Amino acid sequence: MKTIAELQALRDEMKGKVGVRREGEYRTKILVGMATCGIAAGARPVLAECVKEIETRKLKDVYVGQTGCIGICQFEPVVEIYDEDGTKTTYVHMTADKVPKVIAQHVVNGSPVVEYTIGANAN
Amino acid sequence: MMQELSMNVLDVAQNSVRAGATLIEITVDEQPARDEITIVIADNGCGMTPEQVQSVTDPFFTTRTTRKVGLGVPFFKLAAEITGGSFDIQSQVGKGTAVTAKFVRSSIDRMPLGDMNETIISLIACNETLDFLYTRRFGADELVLDTREFRAQLGDVPLTEPKVAKFIREFLQENTAELLAGHENE
Repeated sequence: MKTIAELQALRDEMKGKVGVRREGEYRTKILVGMATCGIAAGARPVLAECVKEIETRKLKDVYVGQTGCIGICQFEPVVEIYDEDGTKTTYVHMTADKVPKVIAQHVVNGSPVVEYTIGANAN
Repeated sequence: MMQELSMNVLDVAQNSVRAGATLIEITVDEQPARDEITIVIADNGCGMTPEQVQSVTDPFFTTRTTRKVGLGVPFFKLAAEITGGSFDIQSQVGKGTAVTAKFVRSSIDRMPLGDMNETIISLIACNETLDFLYTRRFGADELVLDTREFRAQLGDVPLTEPKVAKFIREFLQENTAELLAGHENE
């Protein structure tokens, strides 16, 4: 049985290492559409995979969050990535399998995965 | 349509987030002896007027402007009623809202509960400033996760810190496994 007392050890371990970031301080923001349409289409495993990839790669300056329905339900699950300069890339029909490639190629190396974007899937 | 009740919970809890809640309480109470599963999603958000409560179960009502339908609550209501269960919303402006869905556990039309832990993890990951009180009950046993208690232990270390997120995941998975152990045939 896991107890919350174990968290104290974690806190001691983290002491001095944690800089609490506010939302505006991230280099990249990843937003997963989590409205009814997104969830029904499979957004939850996509979000979980994003969080897992950020953990695995220890990307401290990347924010993962949710957004609502942006009106393109037929393209869900939708993931929007905002780069540091404010550029937005919209990825559509996302699956957990596609996430590692997007994180590696776009978030880490700065080169969007064109074939998953809305532009490449509009028809 | 959702495939799992846990997905409905994730969806309906988004309404609490949008209602400006600071605390969202999610209870999944499974009582095999009574052949019942009760799911409650309660928040301290802005609440609704009696007229709004009337209209949220109407799929063509939504407060959003991005589209004209709101299917989250109607889906959840249908999922409960289709099993022979019931659905209720209690809300007060300025106080908050509680959504209660009761399911007949053995009904052939009852959706599987699905991965509730993943729903809770997703909610915590996406809403780092909100608190969640999750209770999973099976018979007389229960597991409770209260993010306020977690924060008290953690000081300024955020819940989204990867090591903390991993702990939350393990806490839920291990304690759920323990809760359900021995109940496989019920």
